[in-house]
Amino acid sequence: MPKTLTVLLMDPPYEDERTTTAFRITDAALGKGHNVRVFAYEGAVSLTMADQAPHPNPVKGTSVDDERHPTTKDWASALFGSADGRLEWINCGLCVDERGAGNWIEGPRRGGPADFTAWVKSSDATLVIPTH
Amino acid sequence: MTKVLSVLSDGYRATVEEQDDTVLWFTSMCAKELDMAVLLESDAVNYAVQTDDVADLNLGGRKAADVPRLDRDVDALMAKGVAVSYLAEDLIARGIDESRLIDGVKPVARAELPALFEQFDQIWHW
Amino acid sequence: MGKYLVIETRSPFGSDEVLGDYETAGGLASRGHEVTLFLTQNGVLAARGTSTAARRLAALGEGTTVLADEFALRARGIGTDELVLGVASADAGRLVDLLLDDGRKAIWR
Repeated sequence: MPKTLTVLLMDPPYEDERTTTAFRITDAALGKGHNVRVFAYEGAVSLTMADQAPHPNPVKGTSVDDERHPTTKDWASALFGSADGRLEWINCGLCVDERGAGNWIEGPRRGGPADFTAWVKSSDATLVIPTH
Repeated sequence: MTKVLSVLSDGYRATVEEQDDTVLWFTSMCAKELDMAVLLESDAVNYAVQTDDVADLNLGGRKAADVPRLDRDVDALMAKGVAVSYLAEDLIARGIDESRLIDGVKPVARAELPALFEQFDQIWHW
Repeated sequence: MGKYLVIETRSPFGSDEVLGDYETAGGLASRGHEVTLFLTQNGVLAARGTSTAARRLAALGEGTTVLADEFALRARGIGTDELVLGVASADAGRLVDLLLDDGRKAIWR
């Protein structure tokens, strides 16, 4: 029986392993047929910025093509692609505004704490992943 | 109503940039729809200290309009009906005497945390 | 009684707070709750049998279920044969099952 998991994220890209763990939880839950709702708070609104671009690696001497490095928006896109409609993603609007992070990939929508509390009340479980 | 305990450990994280503690802010917003309570632990216990003066910030001639007064924000939360407690051991470790705290915040010993957690449907650690 | 999932992402070597988390997990178990401590990220560094935290985890394992994220273990070169007795490896799917287990309270640390 599919269940619904709400996850709140806070970390911006490339700052902590928490982002990878959150994506892994989301992927595993979707893979099991569950519904996942991601509420991106604060720096996490930057996870889905459409303007992210991979880069070559001068330390390793690799090109962009060599690196084959998905940026966080690529991971998010992949999760949307595999979710079959079971992934919802809200970027907290005030956080988006103060970060200028409004240009995001297809999938997320703008929202706020009222959306989060509505999700909390209607989900089977809620996990808050803090930042530090 | 869903009962949630917000456990706040990370004190003073970007509070000047945001002009707020964003977890206290979020908790306040959630309190409109959820039965919220707050536990201050680690460095965040300092939020309960009555603070008469806070540092100004003036960078390149631009002044911060509203340097946050976290003790007042905690007070405002309590005025909305959000119970605020603090981890007693963390206050002691930081050499803070209880007489310096704002009224209304309650101590919880670490050994009492399991009993505290039992009172809530969800525990959000920030 | 209740059910709890404590997701410990930090190692105990830099901070006493993690030892406090172990203590809280043990306290919940001693009150009759079913407790799972899921170590992930740097939290798995405590799970090597040779670590100074191993004894604490082994003791915790007597009243709680202690799991270590296999992805985090592999990323840190920790083989499952190195784990302290009482700690088992688990994947993200298991973590999801625990998160969505009816009535289980999840706490990220």
